Amino acid sequence: MATTERSFIENIWDFFCSLKLTMFLLISLALTSIIGTILPQGQLPPEYVAQISATKLQIYTKLGFFDMYHSWWFITLLYIFSLNLISCSIKRLPHVFKFVSEPTLVLGESSRNSFSLKKEIVISATPENGKEALNTFLGAEFSTPVITEHNGEYHLFAQKNAWSRLGVYVVHLSILVVFVGAIIGSLAGYKGYVSIVEGTGINTVESRNGSQIPLGFEVFCEKFNVDFYPTGAPKEFRSILTILENGKPVPGYSQVKVIVNQPLSYKGITFYQSSYGQATEGTEHFITVTSRKGGTPEKISVREGASVTLKDGTQFKLLEATQEVRQFAPGFSGPAARIEVTHKGFAPQVFIIFKDYPEMNAQRGDALIFNYDGTSAKMYTGLQVAKDPGVWVVWLGCTLMVIGLFIAFFMSHKRIWVVVSRGHARIYGNVNKNPAAFEMQFDAIADKFKQLKI
Amino acid sequence: MTSSMLFNVTTLAYLISMLMFFVFLASKNKTVGNAACYIAYTGFIVQTVAIGLRWKESYDQGVGHAPLSNLYESIVFFTWTIILIFALIDFKYKYRVIGAFVVPFALLGMAWAQLGMNTGIEPLVPALQSNWLLYHVITCFLGYAAFAVACGISIMYLIKTGIEGSGGSASAGGLLSMFPPTKVLDDLNYRSIMIGFPLLTLGIITGAAWANYAWGTYWSWDPKETWSLIVWFVYAAFLHARITKGWVGKRAAWLSVIGFAATIFCYLGVNLFLSGLHSYGGGAK
Repeated sequence: MATTERSFIENIWDFFCSLKLTMFLLISLALTSIIGTILPQGQLPPEYVAQISATKLQIYTKLGFFDMYHSWWFITLLYIFSLNLISCSIKRLPHVFKFVSEPTLVLGESSRNSFSLKKEIVISATPENGKEALNTFLGAEFSTPVITEHNGEYHLFAQKNAWSRLGVYVVHLSILVVFVGAIIGSLAGYKGYVSIVEGTGINTVESRNGSQIPLGFEVFCEKFNVDFYPTGAPKEFRSILTILENGKPVPGYSQVKVIVNQPLSYKGITFYQSSYGQATEGTEHFITVTSRKGGTPEKISVREGASVTLKDGTQFKLLEATQEVRQFAPGFSGPAARIEVTHKGFAPQVFIIFKDYPEMNAQRGDALIFNYDGTSAKMYTGLQVAKDPGVWVVWLGCTLMVIGLFIAFFMSHKRIWVVVSRGHARIYGNVNKNPAAFEMQFDAIADKFKQLKI
Repeated sequence: MTSSMLFNVTTLAYLISMLMFFVFLASKNKTVGNAACYIAYTGFIVQTVAIGLRWKESYDQGVGHAPLSNLYESIVFFTWTIILIFALIDFKYKYRVIGAFVVPFALLGMAWAQLGMNTGIEPLVPALQSNWLLYHVITCFLGYAAFAVACGISIMYLIKTGIEGSGGSASAGGLLSMFPPTKVLDDLNYRSIMIGFPLLTLGIITGAAWANYAWGTYWSWDPKETWSLIVWFVYAAFLHARITKGWVGKRAAWLSVIGFAATIFCYLGVNLFLSGLHSYGGGAK
């Protein structure tokens, strides 16, 4: 019974070590990952829910397709992938170590025939002298050899970049390091969002799952600005932030400029410029009404959607206002408002008034000229907030991966043996990668050796 | 002299080069093959100057940035990298005929960019105002280009083994005599992917680093990110296939073709059919 039990465990072990499993996993991960790029992930948009059938919705939800990268089966695939990586490495590493640390120092007669790179060179010196000369020569041209005397012959063995055989295992390890970094980040970190109105501060942020996380300090938004290119495309979103501890600005963290691609970090928590908008609550808009007949202009202040009756009985309604009109009225820029004006006994007129184009405003409004003067509204800045103590582990893993790939692909383990006996020296070469390049090097070394005429 | 004019010259050069490569395939005349190559390289030099000029023009317009910021500029750069990787392989291994299967990719890209896209220089939106743009785009596209070359070589491999496998008529055999031996094609396929895979890895890592710097998340399973990972999985499978029995030869060549199809979807399909963080990379009108 013991044998079947052992073979069962061996079978499992072989299963996890097999390259077939690796191929299966890589292809499965590639194929299943497609699902999440086609189906919406996370919060489903209502339009999507409306167009999909109820059964489909139910099945997809059950299968975790709407959060597939965190679904049990995808995570399981990743775990098996990690196990596969670890098992393969455990199985093969000892062989590689042995290969590197205990190289074949003496070439047997039979193994000599298997080399594709070999040269025989006549020497006139005694084997002892020839060995010494070759020792110096190989040391200078390739790498210092290990010399073994065997059956009256001298076997010289020299190798380069033996450790490059470990490159592929460095890559495997690096993937696991990245996973560890990601796990640390998901356990000990969080992602959140906060919006701060100009002239106010916050000390908590809302995490992705909706809970409020205290920061332990205050972030104060001094000012927010948006710059535009002449074409109307946004050029820069800019928040000026100050960090406060116990109500006092922290030295070095006062009036810090935060723009997209230039975040602010404090105590392991980083704030990223992500969105902005106008704080609407309690916002007053200011409009000056001038009569074409003259007289003192009338200044009114009104909220969006509200109506006012003017001195002459005209009904005025502010439909909406914007601080950047470009997208609504091409060719114009700056603040503007859309208003509805109803002169006594006439039908309502709707038009746009600007802050920066009084001449345009003067062409409208019949007996009255309306000018938009702006708003008391404040801007708010939207910041992504992230704390990720695992990110450095991820970068470590990435660095290892690049180094490992470089070693695995572009460095090769080169080995040269020379067997020195009376009258001749036979030289053999072997490489694990890129044989064409090594052949040239081998030929060059053999030629140089010939020129020495030992 | 404007960059736009030079890009048209480039497109023309790649067109003539491709046609001459086809003549070379049919005639087996070495002079024609050499000429096809030199014309492609001339196009490459003109394109290099044009990219530099476009860079300068963007500064003249006051919106200075590297010409890597939208679909048009990226596809121009992509074709440039394809010819670059082809030149590297050509200088090293001297199998001119590969050009007949690689230059068409470059021509297709340039023709599409010049004829079907908005070529105007646009200012950089805030998200792209970062030095990471340069590192990210260059590594990604060099990787993509190496995969394009590998795909061309794999197609040659599949044609050759396909015809040889079915007996191979005399005329086809004549055409095939221009092809490198299957063993060499297999090896070149592997070598191209060996160049592309580390570059793609670097491209993904620089993208992750940039995302972390700009948004605070190095990985958010955005469609573009996911597709780049899918491509990475496919080529990782290819690399492991070579040391697995039963996966060498034809199946490996198919994996390389599928890998490039996934690459193209990652590059174009995601922008055209899916939405996500890279939507500003669009611009096809």
